[in-house]
Amino acid sequence: MLSIEGLAAEREERLLFSGLSVTLSAGEGLHIVGKNGTGKTTFLRILCGLTSPAAGSIKWQGQDTRLFREEFCSDLLYLGHKNANKVELDCRENLKLSLGVKEVSSAEIDDALHEVGLGLLLHLPARFLSQGQQRRLSLARLLLTKARLWVLDEPYTALDYKAIEWLDSQLECHLKNKGLLVLTSHQTLTMSNTIRELNLGELNA
Amino acid sequence: MHRMLWKLFNRDMALFMQRKQDIVTVLGFFLVAVALFPLGISSDPELLREIAPGAIWIAALFSTVLALDRLFSEDMDDGTLEQQLLMPLPISLVLLVRLIAHWVVTSLPIIVLTPVMGVQFGLNLDEIVILTFSLLLGTPVLVLLGAIGAALTVGLKSSGGLVTLLLLPLYVPVLILGTSSVSSVMAGMEVTAHFSLMGAALIVSLVLSPFAVATALKITID
Repeated sequence: MLSIEGLAAEREERLLFSGLSVTLSAGEGLHIVGKNGTGKTTFLRILCGLTSPAAGSIKWQGQDTRLFREEFCSDLLYLGHKNANKVELDCRENLKLSLGVKEVSSAEIDDALHEVGLGLLLHLPARFLSQGQQRRLSLARLLLTKARLWVLDEPYTALDYKAIEWLDSQLECHLKNKGLLVLTSHQTLTMSNTIRELNLGELNA
Repeated sequence: MHRMLWKLFNRDMALFMQRKQDIVTVLGFFLVAVALFPLGISSDPELLREIAPGAIWIAALFSTVLALDRLFSEDMDDGTLEQQLLMPLPISLVLLVRLIAHWVVTSLPIIVLTPVMGVQFGLNLDEIVILTFSLLLGTPVLVLLGAIGAALTVGLKSSGGLVTLLLLPLYVPVLILGTSSVSSVMAGMEVTAHFSLMGAALIVSLVLSPFAVATALKITID
């Protein structure tokens, strides 16, 4: 489904990694690990097409993602370091107008917010949410998307242990439904063994 | 596809409704700038009539530049710009929708107020109609061209001055055509040529600018 060949990344003329090749089929996850500054976020951004690679190609369903950008993007959900919430809008509006999410009914939005534990804060502007709550709001998109490939950059940041458990179960559920997952995290993942580990630091050495 | 674009348009509208102070700032700037001209120059009605188109156009131009500052910077900071670039639609189309929304919110109120400003300067009905119409044709060009500058400088701190420097050469032709259309009607001449040229500029920038903005954003976000 997703195949990456000979990928290399440069930042300010410094080679971060090169010769990265990996394939991921339906129901598989990839956990990117590595020390700070080894290019984990850069790898995810290249994967999504936000940053251009120094070399290599990425294919989704056998098609180059840069040539078939729109087809790829309709299968992709990317949650980066930044939560992509609008602080002026309340939780409901944030999800309703969130661009990564397909058309959903307001009942579905409320359900999603209840599930991530923001059920009592539906009308609170996002600026009043704590870091962890902001992240929960951002992660609520996972419940509303139809994307098959999830690309998550440090999704566990700022979450409490309950939310971590919830996220784990969501990711596991996504993989069971033949979804694909690429994430970075400094945490050891406690989920099923369908998630492979890729160490960017070792790739350089 | 049109539903996603509509959602994007609604998103921008909802955001503007939450930040009314932005619109008030831009409009307030326009009103104050126009109102200061008579105080600074002269109270001679004939002279004021003559400088009116220029004064209103320059104030509208700087209001546009002022508003451009917010076009991409906040979306960049909170990560929603990345989500816009990852929408399963051509990026230039996404940006065109955002620019239209931006124009509706920041330029349209100025155009609505222009007749009032025209009366203040003692313009007659014909001249006010031409002035308003010239702004209607010209301000979209200012926004479309300005967005290129805004996209190029979005990552920089205090980019306002740089944007102004980048844009002024591009704005000069629009400004000249806009003001001289009103001067022509004052002198009793035809204005079709002015409007044809401004219309052409609008069409060209409508077609080309979204691509230029998309390229500029891709470079700055890389």
